[in-house]
Amino acid sequence: MSTLPDGRFIDDAPYDPNVDISAIERADMDAPNWLLVWRKFRRHRLGLISAIFLFFAYAFIPFAGFISPYTPNERSAEHLFHPPQAIKFWHEGEFVGPFVYPTTGAPDLENFQWVYETDTTRPMPLQFFCRKSEYNLIGFIPTERHLFCAPEGATVFIFGSDRLGRDVFSRISYGAQLSLTVGLIGITVSFLIGITLGAMAGYFGGWVDWVVNRAIEILRSLPELPLWLALSAAVPSNWGPVSVFFIISIILGLLDWPGLARAVRSKFLSLREEEYVRAAEMMGAKPGRVIRRHLLPNFMSHLIASATLSIPAMILGETALSFLGLGLRAPAVSWGVMLNDAQNLASIEIYPWTAIPMLPIVIVVLAFNFLGDGLRDSLDPYSD
Amino acid sequence: MMFLRYAAYRLLTMCLTLVVVSILVFAIINLPPGDYLSNQIAELRATGQAEGVAKAEFLRTEFGLDRPLWYQYLMWVGLAPGEYGFSGLLQGDLGWSFFNDEPVIDIVGSKLWLTVLVNLAAVLFIYFMAIPLGVLAAAKSKTWIDYVTAFIGYLGLATPNFLLALILFYYGRKYIGLPIGGLMDPVYEGEPLSWGKIQSVLTHMIVPTFVIGTAGVAAMMQRLRANMLDELGKPYVETATAKGLAPSRMLTKYPLRVAFNPFVADIGNLLPAMVSGSVIISVVMSLPTIGPDLLTALKTQDQFLAGFVLMFVAFLTLVGTMISDLLLVLLDPRIRYGAREG
Repeated sequence: MSTLPDGRFIDDAPYDPNVDISAIERADMDAPNWLLVWRKFRRHRLGLISAIFLFFAYAFIPFAGFISPYTPNERSAEHLFHPPQAIKFWHEGEFVGPFVYPTTGAPDLENFQWVYETDTTRPMPLQFFCRKSEYNLIGFIPTERHLFCAPEGATVFIFGSDRLGRDVFSRISYGAQLSLTVGLIGITVSFLIGITLGAMAGYFGGWVDWVVNRAIEILRSLPELPLWLALSAAVPSNWGPVSVFFIISIILGLLDWPGLARAVRSKFLSLREEEYVRAAEMMGAKPGRVIRRHLLPNFMSHLIASATLSIPAMILGETALSFLGLGLRAPAVSWGVMLNDAQNLASIEIYPWTAIPMLPIVIVVLAFNFLGDGLRDSLDPYSD
Repeated sequence: MMFLRYAAYRLLTMCLTLVVVSILVFAIINLPPGDYLSNQIAELRATGQAEGVAKAEFLRTEFGLDRPLWYQYLMWVGLAPGEYGFSGLLQGDLGWSFFNDEPVIDIVGSKLWLTVLVNLAAVLFIYFMAIPLGVLAAAKSKTWIDYVTAFIGYLGLATPNFLLALILFYYGRKYIGLPIGGLMDPVYEGEPLSWGKIQSVLTHMIVPTFVIGTAGVAAMMQRLRANMLDELGKPYVETATAKGLAPSRMLTKYPLRVAFNPFVADIGNLLPAMVSGSVIISVVMSLPTIGPDLLTALKTQDQFLAGFVLMFVAFLTLVGTMISDLLLVLLDPRIRYGAREG
């Protein structure tokens, strides 16, 4: 930038007569597609916040044991239905650091419930990076370190404890492992079936198309939950928690593919007439190659966006199944299994904290919805 | 004439779908190894009760559970003779519930109407809530009304409806005095229809209808809002406004009509989800619909009961979808699929 004698400012860069014509487009013309999508997505506030939240939620899954002060099935027989405890910093106007007050429980024989008395004279500081019950970090490293745990003689139930005296907070963070991954496995199954069948129907047409279309119509017109129930009732009761988990996620995915297949099919119907498809075919590409290399990449991003939108349905589905007792079973911990305890009105009224697992469910489902909306809006960077 | 032909075609496809569904349902029901009676026989043998075994063996042959699966299916549908000739779904014989030890018809008979009633109420609720809210959200887009409805809609989609049911029950009871559980006061059970009974059923239906309908309202509201926004940008809206038509009249007279079509078609997508919802809600709220029966039947492998309930639920959705398709053709003169020639 230099100044002319009469006070005007002038740019030092050499004059380019074409700058006005190409400036607007050039910035975006060189940019790869993902950059355009990212620029647009960045402006979708809710979507961005949801993406960050979900990233952290999934990133913390392997460290669930480290974050939680207890292990999921560790029972504290002295503290059944313990109400949530606050972690405090100030004791009688004095800074002590994070601490809890110890509590003692006694059965109230008149109302048949547990009452807890808080001893506010003795602040007991929390321990950090302490050794308590053993668990497996990232699934295979046995360790005893916890981020924080209760001092001797006190408890730390941030979200209270349930009917067996298990810590609700720890169970929520362990439950995330199953509840969050059930949707991912389910969507993988649904993706594989949906894309394969949809692509075949759209590409080959004819009787393949007819059969797939009828299957889609039939499955779409059936209520999902009763079918889920029937299928999960068929899971043998002597299977271990891990195999039950996998089979349930597969069941959830098995009934979800029709929507996806229909989208893939309609795309294929219009795309298979394009010149580049014909060119590929004439050069001798097999149908499988044409589908995978030439057709699918066209709208993979759209499929991912729609998949994001159908993950919440699966998370809710798992919750509903486990809630009814046909999904995951104890000792497996998922949010649905936890809600199974909050099934009656009494626990909602007297021990409302047993219904806390509802909050992560609602938040995660909302986040997936917003993320999917944001992705869908931003995947077409040239529209406004 | 065209319409009648289309209706006939639609009815035919529905019947074919029902056949496929019945095969599917039968296959799913028979997925678990063994059946109710063989499990019972094994249990009776293990505990040494010989006289029970004889009865169970008798029931097994009577209901053909010892025959091959495909034959059992034909018997169940009523296309093949059993011990006493043809008696299956087609003949109106719904089979025997082993768990309850009585005919399926006696268990579900009175509940079928209540199931239809609950679902019908939810559909009406969806329409009555979603239309005004969707139109309002579109007309006042980007204002607080829009944001509040969108937020409530998202929340409705994200909350597991069985929990919503529990919470609404609790607060409804505490603050408004709504009744808990069931579809009518125990006093009226088995009584003939009277004004008091109708009132009792209506007050009991408030929470279930609300809970089953919420997700549907949210989905439909969003769709209607998007459709309305598309229409509101068109020149004819501007013309109407410029000519001085009052906003409410303008909205309902032109854009709403155009935006309404996909709405009727949507009920076909919505119904399966709603019937699903009503099943789980009935279990939580102990409504006397067939939902709780399905759950116990599935858990105890009571195959005829489970099979019939699944068939009925599928039938309900298929009929609903068909009605919505026919309505769509009546409403929108542009749609004439299937019946057009040359």
